[in-house]
Amino acid sequence: MGRRVVVIGGGVAGMEAAGQLARRGCNVTVFEKETETGGHVKNWFHLFPDRKDSRDVLRYLGNKINHNNITLFTGIAVEGIRPSNGSFSVFTGDGNEITADAVVVATGFDLFRSEKKEEYGYGIYENVITSADLERMFRKDQIRMHDGSIPGKIGLVHCVGSRDEKAGNLYCSKLCCVTAVKQAMEIAEHLEDAKVFCFYMDMRMGGAMYEELYREAQENYGIGFIRGKVSEVAQNIDNKLIVKVEDTLTGRPLKMEIDLLVLMAGMEMSEGGKKIAQSAGLDTGENRFFKPADLHFASNESNIKGVFYAGTCTMPMNITEAISHARAAAADVMDYLDKQKN
Amino acid sequence: MDKFGFTLVKGRRIDYDSNDRSIAEYVSAHEPSFRICIECGCCSAACTTGNFTQFSLREIQILLKRGENDGVRDKIKKCMLCGKCTLVCPRGVNTRNVILLIQEAFRKNIKNAV
Amino acid sequence: MQFDPFVIPFNIGLYFILIYAVVRSVRWFSNLSRPDKLRLQRGFFGSAFGRSLKEIFMESLIHRKILKANFRLGYMHMSLAFGWFLLILFGTIEADIFGTRHLNPPYKAIFFKFFNPDHGRTGFEAVYSFLMDLILAFILSGLILAVIKRFSSKVVGMKKTTKLKLPDKIALTSLWLIFPSRLIAESLTSGVYGTGSFLTGSLGSVLASFLPANQLAYPFWWLYSLSLGTFFLLLPVTRYMHIPTELFLIFARNSGIRTGDQSGAFTEIQTYSCSSCGICIDACQLNFSTGITNIQSAYLMKGIRNNEDVNDIAFNCLMCGRCDRYCPVGIELTPIRMIRRRAESVEPPEKSLWSRYFPDLIKIVNTRSNGHPAFSWLPQIKTEATEVLYYAGCMTHLTPAIKKAMIRILDASGMNYRFLDEAGGVCCGRPLMLAGKDKEARELINFNSGLIRDSGARILVTSCPICYKVFRESYYLEVELMHHTQFIKMLIDEDMLRLRFLRKKVVYHAPCDLGRGSGIYDEPKDVLRHVARLQPTGFDDDDSLCCGGSLGNTRISYRQKNKIAADAASALTKGNPEILATACPLCKKTFTTVTDTRVADIAEIVAEAIAPNPPELKKHVVKELYREPADMI
Repeated sequence: MGRRVVVIGGGVAGMEAAGQLARRGCNVTVFEKETETGGHVKNWFHLFPDRKDSRDVLRYLGNKINHNNITLFTGIAVEGIRPSNGSFSVFTGDGNEITADAVVVATGFDLFRSEKKEEYGYGIYENVITSADLERMFRKDQIRMHDGSIPGKIGLVHCVGSRDEKAGNLYCSKLCCVTAVKQAMEIAEHLEDAKVFCFYMDMRMGGAMYEELYREAQENYGIGFIRGKVSEVAQNIDNKLIVKVEDTLTGRPLKMEIDLLVLMAGMEMSEGGKKIAQSAGLDTGENRFFKPADLHFASNESNIKGVFYAGTCTMPMNITEAISHARAAAADVMDYLDKQKN
Repeated sequence: MDKFGFTLVKGRRIDYDSNDRSIAEYVSAHEPSFRICIECGCCSAACTTGNFTQFSLREIQILLKRGENDGVRDKIKKCMLCGKCTLVCPRGVNTRNVILLIQEAFRKNIKNAV
Repeated sequence: MQFDPFVIPFNIGLYFILIYAVVRSVRWFSNLSRPDKLRLQRGFFGSAFGRSLKEIFMESLIHRKILKANFRLGYMHMSLAFGWFLLILFGTIEADIFGTRHLNPPYKAIFFKFFNPDHGRTGFEAVYSFLMDLILAFILSGLILAVIKRFSSKVVGMKKTTKLKLPDKIALTSLWLIFPSRLIAESLTSGVYGTGSFLTGSLGSVLASFLPANQLAYPFWWLYSLSLGTFFLLLPVTRYMHIPTELFLIFARNSGIRTGDQSGAFTEIQTYSCSSCGICIDACQLNFSTGITNIQSAYLMKGIRNNEDVNDIAFNCLMCGRCDRYCPVGIELTPIRMIRRRAESVEPPEKSLWSRYFPDLIKIVNTRSNGHPAFSWLPQIKTEATEVLYYAGCMTHLTPAIKKAMIRILDASGMNYRFLDEAGGVCCGRPLMLAGKDKEARELINFNSGLIRDSGARILVTSCPICYKVFRESYYLEVELMHHTQFIKMLIDEDMLRLRFLRKKVVYHAPCDLGRGSGIYDEPKDVLRHVARLQPTGFDDDDSLCCGGSLGNTRISYRQKNKIAADAASALTKGNPEILATACPLCKKTFTTVTDTRVADIAEIVAEAIAPNPPELKKHVVKELYREPADMI
């Protein structure tokens, strides 16, 4: 019995898990379907709650994965896992097969496809963008409307594709509220004259330093918070977006003209993850994410012995949680391999 | 009124214990999705009637759940049943049936029934 | 004189049912509205008479439609109906030719063998006996199927069969006994006399070989007569009332009488014409997608006939019209349900035997707007003059892609247009009607009619089939009403819209209210064929499925609707089309959540196909028209 481990996914959790396992003497092979590692983080500019540059995190993870025991394949997706004689055959999209003694699934998440909420007009109105689009604008330091002009009034819509039966997702994506607050503050920083509003159902600021960030956004940035779910977005003759919402706290419908509308897209089980779940027979929950063997004490274990989960392939998590979850996965893998040896 | 001290003006406070919530209970019993509203207001935002007149399904349902039934009988008649609220509700509440049941409960004079 | 007391039950039953049928028909006729009475009179003495006779033969006897839909079920119905008809017809001829005299009372034909036991030995007589045996065998083969169906409906290819009540059970038993008792009675008599053909003759000689056939025959003739008499006496209070009623229905329908939106005699005739065959249950998506099997039209008809509270049944329906499409009797089931929804939920009254035979006319008053408006808040709006008036509809405001596409198409057409509901208008009224609130709907109809009239528009275009249907049926408008698919077709035909071919594989889902509801099938498909490669789905035209999002059903949950939608979407996308095209904002929204295939309205596909650079001149004209609409009229 060797210590060959395959890690599926080169995002935050995959990189962290691979680094941990390599340091403990495992032979780790990492498959990343995209041409670069780093997952969604590489698309982000600054991170909540401390506004750390995402590149700092990428640098840390890059150092971790730069290890002699790690072989990294980018641009290659894993299609399936099959158990065989106490080890696993891992099949890749380019038609290869690799044998592993344990597998770490770290396939991450996909952002909700906001065009599915047609009433919000993503892909229909030019000035409706997603939170991911906004991060790209931050990186370029250019928050512009489609015609190149500077937006004066910006709205952020929470819960797009989360907590929404009509979008097929009943769960809360956990990070959109704090992302919206962070992005609202950044917009205010980038555009001094801009007015920024968050449209929320509930402010879920449960993470470390989140509530403080919320307070800061109100206190120092003048961000407006309106409690109501946006029902629909229209466009008037001047190409302004009209947002319809009920201001539930005054109990009256509210109409607002907006220049740029940002949809806080939620997190969904990744397409790649779904494929692996199906081919390997891994259990998924009603929320379609991988279903850990136990939510309390086996959140890294799957229904197949030797296959472990790390990060957001099991539920929405922030980077801190994904890194912790990946470390825990690495510990579980080591335990498993030790037991297999004896 | 020339009253001082801590006398409360009647009706300001929701008297939860003596309020009659049977309308809400009638609706819940016949349409369980009435219970899962999270007050997001999406129904009222989309509302075709709410465009023209004061009408908020979100407000009506919470008033009924608190037993503050006064005035709801007339308010609920304003609905045109167009169904936009059903389409946008993130909780999948069967809003059109909720409205029909509220109207029915008032028509039947449901009182302390449940 | 040839007579025996055993024929008395049959005679009582027969004369009762004949008189009853006449009385009931007179009652129905007198309850028809004046125009309908005239229609029926004209129809009775006109070409409708011939058509009706043909239809009665094809549908009431042969059961052509059921045969086409489900051969075994059709055979069962045909063998019983057509077989019995032949038995009576040839029996009467038999009695006339071979009897003691001509023009016999009916019992002579029915019990011919009893009175002429010696008949059928040789020559023509034997051939005729053979024919009569053949007909009896034909009926019995259907009866065997019917018995099997009662215990296992799958045998005749039905997924579900209807449930019965007590008079139905007794009537069914007596119906089932009629032909076996005739078989045994005839066989025993034949056995005694050595007559009878391949069926009664053979069985008779076998039975007579070990049984006292002579003594046994008589009780079986009694049983035969009793089961016939019981069946006839019970017929008016069972579902078998459909047999005489259907004849009246066929004459009425061929005379041009329709359900419309009024309850009345015609609705009642249709209600009694339902044979509970259960084909509507098989066609219903609530059955095969969500497993709801107690609300289908057969149950609604039965509930109305039995004066039960059918409120829950009436409202638990998508109003998609699939049952109308498949009903072999051609009952207008969805309009009847629509009317029924106006009735308040009431406690069913005590049912006396008399009222079962002569039920009160089911009257649901079609309420008109009275002095107490529900919508006193309706705004004062002034419409501006325009040529084309576009009413997007409430739902279309939740599908901005359709709205945007329509604006692009209207702009490209160069026609002068305005929105009736740019920032959200007043609802068309159909959702209220679907909820049985006709009076309230009438207020909205009046309000919108005023706006439409004031605009002076020549054409009213809507994107929503729900609105289209109510505009068509319940508004009295002088404008040319068009669904946007018809409007686009007109623009293409008149060369007002130049489109590229998109080379995309497309399937079309016909929305219920546009297709079955309004009969618009061709224009949407023509438009699609003009811009893309349209593929068949197996659920085309009036075989279309409901998307599940229907406003018609207030009783099922969102998840049940989603299940219907998912099943329909997967059936429609079996051929892996690039686009699932539809022509309804509600269908679009419903399908989008359940399929990964792109769902698009025809308007969106057409907008995509608009040539990117329209001629400069036209662009200019469009602007001018848009700015100065008042001057253009």
